[in-house]
Amino acid sequence: MAVATAISDEGVVAVRDRADVRRQIKLVSIFGLVLLALIVFYSRIDDFNVVYTLGERVTKDDPAESINAQPIMIAGIVVAALALLLAAVNRVPKGALGALVYLLVGVAFFSGFIIWCYADQSGAFSVAIINPFPGTIRLATPLIFGALAGCLCERAGVINIAIEGQFLMGAFFAAVASSLAYSAEMGLVGGILAGVAVAALLGVFALRYQVNQVVLGVVLIALATGLTDFLLSQIPDDPEIKKYLNEPLILERIPISGLVDIPVIGPALFNQTILVYIMYASVVFVTVLLFQTTWGLRARSVGEHPKAADTVGIKVNRVRWQAVLLGGVFAGLGGAYFTVGSTGTFDSNASAGNGFIALAAVIMGRWNPIGATMAALLFGFCFTLQAQLAFLDKIPGELLRASPYLVTVIAVAGFVGRVRPPAADGEPYVKS
Amino acid sequence: MTLQAPVPPPGAEPESGAPEAKADLRDPASWLPTVKVTAGAFLIALVIGAFVIAFSDDGVIESLRYFFTYPWDFFTRSADAVWSSYSALVKGAVGSSNAIASTLNRSAPLICAGLGVTLAFRAGLFNIGAQGQLIIGALCAGYVGFTWNLPPFVHLIVALIAGLVGGAVWGAIPGFLKARTGAHEVITTIMFNYLAASVLLYALSHDAFQRPGSDNALSPRVDDSAAFPRLNIGGFDVHGGVLIALLAGAAVWWLLERSTWGFELRAVGANAHASRTAGMSVAKVYTLAMLLAGMLAGLAATMQVLGNQNSLSATLPGSIGFDAITVALLGRASPLGTVLAGLLFGAMSVGGVAMQASAGTPKELTDVLQALIVLFVAAPALVKGILHIKESGGGATVMAKGWGS
Repeated sequence: MAVATAISDEGVVAVRDRADVRRQIKLVSIFGLVLLALIVFYSRIDDFNVVYTLGERVTKDDPAESINAQPIMIAGIVVAALALLLAAVNRVPKGALGALVYLLVGVAFFSGFIIWCYADQSGAFSVAIINPFPGTIRLATPLIFGALAGCLCERAGVINIAIEGQFLMGAFFAAVASSLAYSAEMGLVGGILAGVAVAALLGVFALRYQVNQVVLGVVLIALATGLTDFLLSQIPDDPEIKKYLNEPLILERIPISGLVDIPVIGPALFNQTILVYIMYASVVFVTVLLFQTTWGLRARSVGEHPKAADTVGIKVNRVRWQAVLLGGVFAGLGGAYFTVGSTGTFDSNASAGNGFIALAAVIMGRWNPIGATMAALLFGFCFTLQAQLAFLDKIPGELLRASPYLVTVIAVAGFVGRVRPPAADGEPYVKS
Repeated sequence: MTLQAPVPPPGAEPESGAPEAKADLRDPASWLPTVKVTAGAFLIALVIGAFVIAFSDDGVIESLRYFFTYPWDFFTRSADAVWSSYSALVKGAVGSSNAIASTLNRSAPLICAGLGVTLAFRAGLFNIGAQGQLIIGALCAGYVGFTWNLPPFVHLIVALIAGLVGGAVWGAIPGFLKARTGAHEVITTIMFNYLAASVLLYALSHDAFQRPGSDNALSPRVDDSAAFPRLNIGGFDVHGGVLIALLAGAAVWWLLERSTWGFELRAVGANAHASRTAGMSVAKVYTLAMLLAGMLAGLAATMQVLGNQNSLSATLPGSIGFDAITVALLGRASPLGTVLAGLLFGAMSVGGVAMQASAGTPKELTDVLQALIVLFVAAPALVKGILHIKESGGGATVMAKGWGS
């Protein structure tokens, strides 16, 4: 590719580097596509009146309201056109201001897309646009827990592919503990214990016996799948016995008074189960732990350069053990979501591949707890939207079902690109 | 993820094809530890399995109630339960010519898909996408198999090629994305698994893939003209795909160990930076390795669709694509090891069904056993510790350095 040159006013030849050219091409094409899509959406709508509600479903408290969406669509098109103009003259700001531009374009595209989906509905009743954020938070909860577990382990230099296995065991034993104790909160304890147990297996084999951690992760998933299926098949169908083993209570939602009344985000953030509130605290906890405490510095140094860490007196394997076991706590909580946190009864393969998605979130978030949380929220958002749009006939259901995965591939290939894992991730440390 | 080629240690398997291992073949002291450790891993896994069987048996639990007054019952009933389960497992897998045939038919797709994972491993890529590649391969092979009308032999070849191409395309895309943009293959192959599952559901909801007169999401079976020829002697009924699977093993061995391109592939897998400096195209190796891996998974799909003449349905792929990863790991990412591991897993899965039928032990137990075997094979230090094996060596496995970049 030829290096683009431009002659500035003073006649000095300013050489633009290739990265800048690539960025401009990328932005122009993305903003152009968004603008095109919005115009297509606009031209395809006959009746701009849509119904919406701020709640998760239409209730007395959250009545459906009608709105003429034409001005919103036009505003979206204007925003996209302005952004395209900025990109065309290469004046899209960088940093926080740039992020604002991306956010505005994203919101414009999203609202245009949603309005197009919900407008012109045939049928007796019109479906209302509902608030996607409560579902996003809910579905992202296990992913965030799993991603936090992944970040903790891998920042300390232990590859954790076995998140899915920890989820499964956590889900199963959360169901058992909750049924036995007749308390949903005890289910969380059961989930934590199971998650830590799998983490302990990971620790024993990875740190003590130095088994290849990729092999180990895959094997632990297979083991957890087989074991939970086996144990599930051992639970008799007799309801008298089954109720003590696999009929867990489900966590109640706890609305936080005051905060829950904030429109749109209130019900999303503050009308959830205790598990979700633990998740908020965990994100903060892990971030602070990794980046603000001595232990975090040690853990990260052990993950980047164990030899150097050892030289200054850090017990490499002890720190790694602590990170792996602490990760097990979070992964077990994430597993508990699939039984006591949502549906209740444990079914075969209850976590349905969510552990792999959490792993993807870790890599997408570049091994940073905040980044991984954002990636997990993106997944949760896609899953929620997919579930909501499935009731409309605008988009074929199969395409909709595939959309979260397509979004991931596009995001990873187009925006995240090459990532740099912790340097000593997966390398056992042997003191020489 | 960067994976080194299995480092041939003093006790490398003789079949790994590495020159050092060959020289050692005459010296039993060099490969004996590996054999011992592997046998020990099986033993420990079986012992743990025995405990699980015993404590899931109603009779044994019953006898625990009076254990302190009459402990003998507990031991005899445990031994009975364990013996009947394990003997049913073995008998179901290799006990008759019929059983051996089912084992071979079941192993063939595992071997092919496992070879795909192995090949990618050797290039330093972790291919979790065998499942998706297999689904697309099955779709393509199936579509050609039941809609086109071609003369018998030609039909089979065309359907086979369609399956291979389908799998290859689905595998090559993540490889290409990795080469061009650096998108991590672990993420992209996982996502392509889900995408393939969506494509399968989409196809099954359309008339072109629907069995006429059926409301279920089920395709017709492929025509007989597109099916693999079968070898049927008495009860011994295997399809021609089994032979192809073994040939594929030989081909992958030749490719990896004897061809120039295979050397390039292993070099990139061992050290991508050094290979780039030496003038090899890492991007080309990544794309081609994933293409071939996908093609092998597509071959596995043809075993199911053209070999067993299964209809396409949402459950057709089962968990072959994921089992393939375990097979490749147990096979230590060597072609012969993968073939043997595929045979073992096929036998265990066929035997597991028989065990459930005759001894009442849930077939999920075999999944647990498989996982334990791989776990212990990968942890030679633990096996040696438990069984007091003193010799050194015997711990060759896939070496992973990390996620790579």
